[in-house]
Amino acid sequence: MSVKKKIALSEKSKSFFSQYMGQLVFFAVIFVLLSFSSKTFLTGQNLLNVSRQISTNMIVSCAMTMILITGGIDLSIGAVMALAGMISGYLSLAGVPFSICLLLSLLAGMTAGLVNGAILAYTDLPPFIVTYSVQSILRGMVYVITTAGTLRLTDKNFLTFGGGSLGFLPWPVIYMIVVMLGSYLILNKTKMGRHIYAIGGNPKAAAFAGINSRKIKLFIYALSGTLAALAGLVYTSRNTSMQPSLGTGVEMDAIAAVVLGGTSMAGGQGGIFGTIIGAVIIGIINNGLNLMRMDSFWQYIAKGIVILIAVYADYIKKQRLLKMVGK
Amino acid sequence: MAEILLEMKNIHKKFPGVYALKGANLTLHQGEVHTLVGENGAGKSTLINVLGGIHQKEEGEIFIEGKKCQINNVLDARKNGISIIHQELVLVPYLSVAENIFLNREPGKGGMVDYRSLFANAQKFVNDLGLSLDVKKKVMELTIAQQQLVEIVKAISFQSKIIVMDEPTSSLSDKEIEALFEYVKMLKQRGIGIIYISHRLSELEQISDYVTVLRDGETIKSMKVSETSHEEIVKLMVGREMKHFYIRSYRQPGKAVLEVKNITSHKVRGISFQIRQGEIVGFAGLVGAGRTEIVKAILGFDKLISGEIKIDGQPVMIHEPAQAYELGVGYIPEDRRSEGIIPLQTVKFNISLKALHDFIRGVRVDQAREKELTQQYMDKLSIKAASQNTLLQNLSGGNQQKAVIARWLATNPKLLIMDEPTRGIDVGAKAEIYQLMDQLAAQGIAILMISSELPEIINMSDRVIVMREGQISGILNHEDATQERIMSYAVSI
Repeated sequence: MSVKKKIALSEKSKSFFSQYMGQLVFFAVIFVLLSFSSKTFLTGQNLLNVSRQISTNMIVSCAMTMILITGGIDLSIGAVMALAGMISGYLSLAGVPFSICLLLSLLAGMTAGLVNGAILAYTDLPPFIVTYSVQSILRGMVYVITTAGTLRLTDKNFLTFGGGSLGFLPWPVIYMIVVMLGSYLILNKTKMGRHIYAIGGNPKAAAFAGINSRKIKLFIYALSGTLAALAGLVYTSRNTSMQPSLGTGVEMDAIAAVVLGGTSMAGGQGGIFGTIIGAVIIGIINNGLNLMRMDSFWQYIAKGIVILIAVYADYIKKQRLLKMVGK
Repeated sequence: MAEILLEMKNIHKKFPGVYALKGANLTLHQGEVHTLVGENGAGKSTLINVLGGIHQKEEGEIFIEGKKCQINNVLDARKNGISIIHQELVLVPYLSVAENIFLNREPGKGGMVDYRSLFANAQKFVNDLGLSLDVKKKVMELTIAQQQLVEIVKAISFQSKIIVMDEPTSSLSDKEIEALFEYVKMLKQRGIGIIYISHRLSELEQISDYVTVLRDGETIKSMKVSETSHEEIVKLMVGREMKHFYIRSYRQPGKAVLEVKNITSHKVRGISFQIRQGEIVGFAGLVGAGRTEIVKAILGFDKLISGEIKIDGQPVMIHEPAQAYELGVGYIPEDRRSEGIIPLQTVKFNISLKALHDFIRGVRVDQAREKELTQQYMDKLSIKAASQNTLLQNLSGGNQQKAVIARWLATNPKLLIMDEPTRGIDVGAKAEIYQLMDQLAAQGIAILMISSELPEIINMSDRVIVMREGQISGILNHEDATQERIMSYAVSI
C-alpha cells in the first residue's frame, strides 16, 4: 500500500514539475541572480517583505485565474479596489467600527462583480469591453465622490488590518495564504471548479452536460469583485490613506501573473499553482529591481521585457507538448 | 424480429432558406445497427440533431418503445435514453477521462468531488466494456479513437438505449475501425440500437443490419442490408431529376495553364492533374474529401510537403496566396459571406478591389477609371444594383457572387478557381453564372470548379475529378460522368 502510494505520489509530482518546468526554472534563475547581485535580497526580512508586497496581486490573481480559465477577463478589479478603499475610508472617518466598514466594502466589491457577471451571463457581450466599461464607471465614481482628494485613516483597527502582523507573519500574507488555499480547493476539489474548466475548455460539452454556465459566471465575477475589495482594503490600510488612483493598472499585473503561470487566455487550461509562481516571479522582479536601485521608470521597461521572455518560454514549451500529443 | 425501439414519423424541419427535412421517417429495432446514407445536405445530420434535442422539429412525432416523446433539448434526449456521438467530439480537453464521463454528475457531497468514487466508477464502466483506458488521463492526451471510446463509455454510463454515431470512422485508421466495430457489436448484444452515419458503403456489410437512404430531406427507402446492393443505394441517393439550365459549349482546349504533379500537403496526398485553356475541371466528392484542401495547397494557404506546380509551363513555388494572384490565378472562395464579399462596402469597392493598383496614380485613385471599369463589369455580368455605391450586403446572393467573380475578372486571370460557385443562390442566378462560366471558358480562361452539386459538376465540366479521403479516387471524362459513377468513386464501394 505504502509503495503504491509512493509511486502515485512521485508520478503526481513528476507531472507537476513537468507542467511548471519553464516557470520554475525561470524563477530559480532570477532568484539566484538576485541573491548574488544584492546582499539584502536573501534575508528573512526582505523575503517577508516580498511576500507582503505580492499579497494584493496574489489575492486578485487567484480570482483572475478562474476567470481566464472560463475564457473571460476582468479589467474592473483595480477600480473595485479603489471603490472599496473609498467606502471603507469614508465610513471609518465617520466613526463606523472597522468590522462594519470591512463587511460593507466587501459587499460593495461583490455587487460590482455581480454586475459584471450578470451582464456577461445574460448577454453575449465580450468580457473585455464589459469589465472595461464597469472599470471606467467605477473609477469615475471614485474621482467624482472624493473630488480626487485623499482620505487619511485614523482607526487603529483599520491600520492593523493591512499593516499589522500575527507573530512574525504580516496579516496580508495570512489573507493571501487563505485565498490561495481556498481558490485551490474550489478549482481542484469542487464540482464548481471542474465546471469552470468545462465551460472554458469546451462550452458545447458543458452545455450538453447541462452545466449552468450563468451560475458559474455570476460566482466567479462576484468572487473576483469581493477579493478585489479585500485587496483594496489591505492596500488602503497599509498606505494609511486612500487615494482615488488606488489600484490603477492592477488588473494588468494580475493577468500577467496568471498567464505567466501557464493559464491560457483562450480558456480551459491552467491552475492556481501556476498563478502563485507567476505572481511570485513578478514580485521578486519588482523587489529585485528596487534593491538594485533601478530608476522606477526603467523598472517598467525591465518588467515588461522579463514578462515577455517568461511567457514566450512557456509558449515554446506548450508548442512542444502539443506536438508530442500530436495535435 | 426484435422489438421496435424508436420510431421517427414524418419529421419536418425548416431553417432560414432551407427546408432541411420534409417528412423524414426512421424505424430502429433493439440490437440493430441502422445506417443512414445520403448526399451532402440530404438531411442526415438534421435528423439526428432533432433526435438529440439540438434542433427542434416543426412537425412529426417521435416514439420510443411505443411511447410518444417530446424532445426539446439535450437533457430530454438523454432522459429518453438517447446519446449522440458527434463527429466533432464533445469533450473537455483538459479534464480527465473520468471527469468527462461524469461531467455535471460528479459523485460527492456538498459540492465537493469525491475523486476516489469518480475514478472507481469510471474504471468500472471502462472495464465492463473490456477497454484499456486510463481514466485519470487528460482527454487531450488521447488519440481520436480513444476519445471516441470515451464518448461510448459516456453513452453507456447514461444507460442509453439508442446511440447515434455520426461518421465515427472518418478519422480512424483501419485497425482502429476494426476495434470500433467490435465495440459496436458488443453494444448490439446488449440490445442497444445504433444509428450509424457513414459515407463508406463498404462498411455496411461489416456492421449494419438496415440502411435508410435520405435525399433532399425525405426518407427514400429503408432496406435490409442483405437485400440490397451498393448500386441500388447509390441510385437512390442521387436519383433526382435533372434540370435543363446548364449552358456549356465544349471546345477543343488550348495549352495547359495549371499542371499539378504529385502534390502532398497535410490534408491531401499524391494529387496530379492539369487544366488547359478553355477547360472546366470539376472536383467532386463528399464534404471532407479534400477538394478545398487541394486548392488551399495550390494557393499556398497550406504548406506543400512535396510535389510540383506549373503555371503556363513554368514551375512555380507558391508560399502565399498573393503570389498565386500575381501569377494570374483568381480564387472565388466557398464561403461567400466570410471569405468573399466585403458586405459593408459598396459594389464599386468590391469589384475594383483587386484591380485597384491599375488606377492608382501616385497617391490618388483614378476615380473616373474605377467607375468605368465597375460599370463595364456590372453590365457584362448584369449585376443588379441600385448604383455603384450600393452596399454589397443589400444585393441578392446571386449578385453578390457575380460581384466577387467580377473582382477577379478585372485582373484578367488565366485560371479561375471557383469553390461552390452557386451555393446559396437562386435558380435564375445560377443559370446566369453557368452561362458566364461557359463564356469565360470560351475566352480561353481555365476554370477549376469545386462543387457538391452533382448535376452542376456533370453538366459544366470537361473532366470530373472525384476525391475521397484526401486522394483522387477517379477521373471521368465529360461523356462518362454520371451521378452513379461519381458517387461510387466518392463513397468507396
